[in-house]
Formats: sequence, structure tokens, C-alpha cells
Amino acid sequence: MNTWPLFEVFIRSKNGLDHKHVGSLHATDAKMAIENARDVYTRRQEGVSIWVVESNLIVSSDPAENESLFDPAQDKIYRHPTFYNLPDELKHM
Amino acid sequence: MDISVSNNKFQHRIDLEEKIEAKDWMPDGYRKTLIRQIAQHAHSEVVGMLPEGNWISRAPTLKRKAILLAKVQDEAGHGLYLYSAAETLGIDRETLYEELNSGKSKYSSIFNYPALTWADIGAIGWLVDGAAILNQVALCRTSYGPYARAMVKICKEESFHQRQGFEIMLTLCNGSELQKKMAQDALNRWWWPSLMMFGPRDSESPNSSQNITWKIKRFTNDDLRQKFVDMTVPQAAILGLTIPDEKLSWNSERNHYDMGEINWEEFWNVLNGNGPCNKQRLDARKKAHENGSWVRDAAAAYSSKKYKKMAS
Repeated sequence: MNTWPLFEVFIRSKNGLDHKHVGSLHATDAKMAIENARDVYTRRQEGVSIWVVESNLIVSSDPAENESLFDPAQDKIYRHPTFYNLPDELKHM
Repeated sequence: MDISVSNNKFQHRIDLEEKIEAKDWMPDGYRKTLIRQIAQHAHSEVVGMLPEGNWISRAPTLKRKAILLAKVQDEAGHGLYLYSAAETLGIDRETLYEELNSGKSKYSSIFNYPALTWADIGAIGWLVDGAAILNQVALCRTSYGPYARAMVKICKEESFHQRQGFEIMLTLCNGSELQKKMAQDALNRWWWPSLMMFGPRDSESPNSSQNITWKIKRFTNDDLRQKFVDMTVPQAAILGLTIPDEKLSWNSERNHYDMGEINWEEFWNVLNGNGPCNKQRLDARKKAHENGSWVRDAAAAYSSKKYKKMAS
């Protein structure tokens, strides 16, 4: 098992929706990972598409840096529609 | 940051019902206790395949055989969801298997009891899966994100397990005198071990209070055990079976069933390795792991051979 890399699994439940992360599994390569993902994560027809990615290829942000990473959006409330005060009689906007 | 400040910040997040994710800061104790609990849960699913797997070749009809196969396959899948969740905390799969096979890591004691008749398969689905469902529904709101999400997936799949078990019992209870007797006998043997699944009395559960503060545990052992009894008594009545507890009676003041005392000596004895099937279960796991090693090695060798070929 120490030569079987870890893969993260993403499933699209139906067309029109995004692939969603559902968990991980070990496999020797991507082909086996897809087949194992089919067995582990779609026993009840939960998916129409499977993506597998080796876990060590995923780069994630560090939650400890969240405050500074997401700071730029904090004071830009004018990005929201509710910031704008417009007359009630205005329709379709 | 000072460790006590980090701990306070962490506890504050827990108090606000925030979920903790894999890369978030967490106290060492939180990580350790979660690894232990999730690993035990995963091992329980995998060992849990054994008492029922044993009956696949002896199911009374093709339909029942196919259903039992699907249930046992689900248990393997549940083990995999849980191993996957445990790995997010920094432990690797090889170590998890090593801990199970060496006896270092525990699994739910209920699986150290034997499945002696076909009616046991019914009782296991009805009572053992029933108790597991109560525990798992509660854990859907556990504070650690990956564990909670695994619980949601497991709960969706678990409900057919219980319905399948109850349906077996119903069929037997509506059958011949001998079938009904077999169903009663299975209930007699699985009732008390199912109650033991909820763990020691609250007063004898030292880790419980920290796990409740950290919102890993959402309800106490006794709370869940009481809920299980209250739900299951009317179910037994539908089957026309007698629950093997003379002290069982409805208490209209408490609005709950009063029940007899669990045999705590048996509880600790089985937990400590002296149950009817402890050795058998572990031997089966070790044998499966050893006998399967050539498959794992061959798969790894084939894969690296394939990539060498592609590269050249």
C-alpha cells in the first residue's frame, strides 16, 4: 500500500452541475483510481462523471492566512447590488 | 501564538458551531482522539463484514443473497470513507491496517459475537445497524468536517441495511413455529450486546466530557441508549417477539422505557479481548491482508512497468 498513491475523487452527479469532492482512495494509477472510485463512490448511481487527481498535486491555501488572503474583498461592498439605493418605481432592475 | 491563546480561539470556533477542516489549527488532543475514534469506526466497518459475509453462501433465496452481498459491499465502502477521513488527519493507510491487525487498535465489540443462524442476519440488520444509525445520525453534526461528511454518506446507505434486517425478522415471525422460535432466539442473543454498542455508562466514560466540549460527541452514551430502547420496543411488538429484559417497562413520569442493568462484566471482558470471536475476527483480517499481498504487489509492479514502457 505504500506504493499506491492517494487520489482525491470528484463526482459530477448530473450534467449541468459541477464535480464535487467526495473523498479519497488509494490506487496504483489513474485508471485504477477511476474504477475504484466507481465502486466506492457511485454504488447508487450518484454520478455521471468522475475526476481523480493525485492528492499531492492539489495545492491549497493555508487557512492560517485567510484573513490577509481574503482581505481585499472585505471593504468593497459596492460589489453587491444592495449597495445601490434606487427609487421604488424603477422596474426590472 | 501562545498555545493557550490558540486553544481558546479553537474552542471559540467550536462553540460557534464552526466546522474544523483538515488544514485548520487544532489541539494535539483533538487530532489524536479523532484519529483514534475514526480509525476504530473504520475498522468496525471492515470487521463487521465478517459475521454477515459468512452467511452469503447460505442465504435462503437468490434475492436474499444479492441483498446481503450489497450490504456487505456497502460496509467495505463505509470503511473506505472512514479510512479516507482518518487520513486527512495525518495518519497513513498502512499504519491504520497495521494497528488493526496487531490488535493495537480496537473495533466495535459487537462484531465479536457469532452469527449462528439466518435469523441472526435479521437481528443484526435490525438491532446492530439500528444502533449504529442512531450513533451515526448524531455524528453527522460532529465538529470535524471530513468525519461529518463521511457520516452523511454512510447514513444515506445505512437505512436499507436496517430495513433489510427487519424484513427478514418479519418474514420469519410470520412463518412456521420453528422460524418464529429462531427469530426469538436471535433477539435473545443480540439484544444486550446491541445495548452495549453505546459504550459504558456516562458516569464511567472518562473521555466523554472533553469530546462533548469539542463537539466531537453530540449526545451522551446513556442518551443514545435510551433513545434506541424507546424506538425499538414498539418494533419488537410488531414482530410479536419478547425483548429479553424483565425490567423493561414504560415509565409515564419520565416518558421513557425503564430498563434492566447491562452485564458490565461481559461488556469489559469482550472489550478486552475475551469475547466469543475476538481471535477469529483478527485472524480473518490478518489472513486476508497476508493472502492479498501478492495482488497489491502485482498491481504496483504492473503499474510501474506500464509507465516505464510509456516513458521509453
